[in-house]
Amino acid sequence: MTDQPPIVRIRNLCKTYRRGSVEVPVLHDISFDIREREFLSLMGPSGSGKSTLLNLIAGIDRADSGSILVDGVEITLLSETELAAWRAHSVGFIFQFYNLIPVLTALENVELPLHLSGLSRRERREHARLCLDLVSLSHRLDHYPGQLSGGEQQRVAIARAIVTDPSILVADEPTGDLDRVSAGEILDLMERLNGQLGKTVIMVTHDPRAAERAGVLRHLDKGVLGSDDPPDSP
Amino acid sequence: MILRILLRNAFRNRLRTGLTILGITVAILAFGLLRTVVAAWYASVESASAARLVTRNAVSLVFPLPLSYKEKIRQIQGVRGVSWGNWFGGVYIEEKNFFPNFAVDARTYLDLYPEFILPEDQLKAFLGDRKGFVAGRKIAAQFGWKPGDTVTLRGVIYPGNWDFVMRGIYRGRDKTIDETQFFFHWDYLNETVRRLYPQRADQVGFYMIGVTHPDQAAEVASAVDEAFRNSLAETLTETEKAFNLGFISMTSAIVLAIQLVSVVIIFIIMAVVANTMAMTTRERIGDYAVLKTLGFGGRHIAALVFGEALVITLTGCALGMALTFPVARAFAESMPNFFPVFNVAPSTLALDVAAALLVAGAAGVIPTRTAIGIRIADGLRRIG
Repeated sequence: MTDQPPIVRIRNLCKTYRRGSVEVPVLHDISFDIREREFLSLMGPSGSGKSTLLNLIAGIDRADSGSILVDGVEITLLSETELAAWRAHSVGFIFQFYNLIPVLTALENVELPLHLSGLSRRERREHARLCLDLVSLSHRLDHYPGQLSGGEQQRVAIARAIVTDPSILVADEPTGDLDRVSAGEILDLMERLNGQLGKTVIMVTHDPRAAERAGVLRHLDKGVLGSDDPPDSP
Repeated sequence: MILRILLRNAFRNRLRTGLTILGITVAILAFGLLRTVVAAWYASVESASAARLVTRNAVSLVFPLPLSYKEKIRQIQGVRGVSWGNWFGGVYIEEKNFFPNFAVDARTYLDLYPEFILPEDQLKAFLGDRKGFVAGRKIAAQFGWKPGDTVTLRGVIYPGNWDFVMRGIYRGRDKTIDETQFFFHWDYLNETVRRLYPQRADQVGFYMIGVTHPDQAAEVASAVDEAFRNSLAETLTETEKAFNLGFISMTSAIVLAIQLVSVVIIFIIMAVVANTMAMTTRERIGDYAVLKTLGFGGRHIAALVFGEALVITLTGCALGMALTFPVARAFAESMPNFFPVFNVAPSTLALDVAAALLVAGAAGVIPTRTAIGIRIADGLRRIG
């Protein structure tokens, strides 16, 4: 794994939230690399900044300072529109609460990101079916999220995350809302995506059992990255 | 896909959406009816001919003009025909059975009003019977009159019971023509008046003048008034439209109030829809954040919010418009004499749609700004 080039290169990243007149520092001068095909787990106590760091890497939040280079693109320099377009094809998102659109079926939810891809309706449907097949949900295509169990909903969310074939998957507590069996199935699936499809997986978790599945483990505490795997020099 | 989402979102909370649609339906129905009332108020103006003038006493309509003026008017250049008449103001059985009734010089009057369609045989029968009368289709139907029936009006301006024999039923050339009028022979009135009140004989309430070319109407009107300047009864001549508008201007405050109420209704429903949209947007912030995460931009989010507002308002608008027709018909039937012409005009329907679009647009502005402006991280946090 260490032979792989870095797909994410983070340097001197800082982020502070403002709550009214109060400034709450969240990330302090974070610098590290994530290698291609790496399965990274970010752990830390609540409020340590791990979800914020994940959001910054995924381009859904803005850093105050520092650099985030993802697959050769300096995403801190992108405009909102450019960032949205970059997210659409570069990153797959898996959330703790699945975040499926409740009025769309499983197939439509998975198809959703492809509407920005320029594919024909038939191609979109084919891709979506394929991904749902990959997560063993080809028998639930026309079910709405409310008709699916938590584990099934998370599998639909994973299918949606991979349907655009992004190189990076970000997962924020993907097993946090699941029972032990379903959580295990989801982690198996993520391992497969990492091992067999070569996706770089960045996962935030509280769960030590989930973190064990990752190849690389990093700790954040009070916005400071632990020294368990120091970054390469720039 | 955006269309699919917004259509399904619109009916996600069926009770709330249903109640909002009901509110819009009632508002559009009320708006449409009030606009139709205003249009009905102006119906006589709309149906007035540009080629007809009305001459009356310059002092007031209640003062008569000599019958002898007719020959002098006829000689004025640009005059195609002259007729005359009096407002009779008779009551049929009781006051609530109001309808306009006039004594007119029948042949010349009907020549000037080609929009009153009377079958040839009925016209012939009417002209041949000095006690005959013709009535519009609506009042004939309302009171069940048939040709040959005798109808008695109680005179108020001309006291006594006046018997008339129905000789014809006219219908309007189109829907804008008043079909509630009652015409009888001026000669019948004048002969009776000469016998009973000789000093009131040979006096007419108004002259109707047909002009050769509508664009000469102003010149002809001036010429008529000039012809009787410094006479015992000076005249005031104006177009039929201006004459009718003069009556309506007396009730302009009521018309203005109706128009204001119709606008207020739209503002009220705008607030209701805006409230619904604010609530739905607050509920959907998580969905919008997910869509933004997946790469959908502000225009997609705007389409979702505005689209949902449009679906709700246009559904209510369509229902309201569909209901306007039967309700307007029932309304017109319940007071045929007060609103002889009560038609839902195409312009009213266009105003309905414009009002619905305005409501959707205005109601969607702030929720759209909220939805577009929310930070993805904040939107996603709300879901958790």
